Amino acid sequence: MSLGPYASFIVTSYLATALVVALLTAWIAIDYLNQKRRQRELEDSGVVRRSGRSATEP
Amino acid sequence: MTLIDLANPSSFLSLTARLLPVLAAATTILLLVGLYLSAAAPDDYQQGATVKIMFIHVPNAWLSMFVWAVMTTAALGTLVWRHPLADVAAKTAAPIGASFTFLALVTGSLWGRPMWGTYWEWDARMTSVLILLLMYLGLMTLWRAVEDPSRAARAVAVLTLVGAINLPIIKFSVDWWNTLHQPASVLRMGGPTLDRTFLIPLLVMASGFTLLFVTLHVAAMRNEILRRRVRALQMMQARASSSDVSAASPASQPA
Repeated sequence: MSLGPYASFIVTSYLATALVVALLTAWIAIDYLNQKRRQRELEDSGVVRRSGRSATEP
Repeated sequence: MTLIDLANPSSFLSLTARLLPVLAAATTILLLVGLYLSAAAPDDYQQGATVKIMFIHVPNAWLSMFVWAVMTTAALGTLVWRHPLADVAAKTAAPIGASFTFLALVTGSLWGRPMWGTYWEWDARMTSVLILLLMYLGLMTLWRAVEDPSRAARAVAVLTLVGAINLPIIKFSVDWWNTLHQPASVLRMGGPTLDRTFLIPLLVMASGFTLLFVTLHVAAMRNEILRRRVRALQMMQARASSSDVSAASPASQPA
């Protein structure tokens, strides 16, 4: 596959998209781990929601 | 599970635990097929290989408007139906929509330089999309500026509805004004004018990006529900410790 004289524009477009999507995915994944950790710490210290159910419980 | 069950955050969390792996797998497969079809697509007789930028620029541009449309629906959910997950959906969609809008502008500039001879021109389409990006950033700032989530949700919902007026302006800017952009060639009366060799990879990539948005949005909504639960637990902890202090303080004891 030859990308011709404008290969740098094409490759940069795809790399920029891949980078932003990767950053967005990583940010959401890290945020999830942080929230779960903070919730676990609070519940371990004896603070429990009134419903008494954990966040992932149906 | 009915739609009304989803109004319960616990039911929603339970659903996301089952849904997210399936969504992530479907997104990955669709994007890989789309990338393969994009790489295999022939060069355009005028644009050459730069037509391959279209396969990522158009899905990003489409999602920049679609995400605002999702936020507009969520804004109605907040103001009219007071759905408990509506403001969660609106808040979490904004950064994702801003990212796709940013990418639409970047990939558009990178496509414009070899085709038009310029990275940027203040024409109606590009300017209205830049305004859309600024509106996304404004809403994200407002969410952070107002401490009470329910007050922030109502203010953001009103601004989102007002901002929705930009969507038809973006869509029809190429018809209403003289711009560097070509008129619509996919979503138009009379069907697409794009050749099938380009249309099929474009539609597969657009579907893959749409599924990517759904996956990221569901995951971000799950995080926001957890964040609100953590906040509620922290407030309960603070209340408990302040009542312990007042009970132990000699000043609060009766003489």
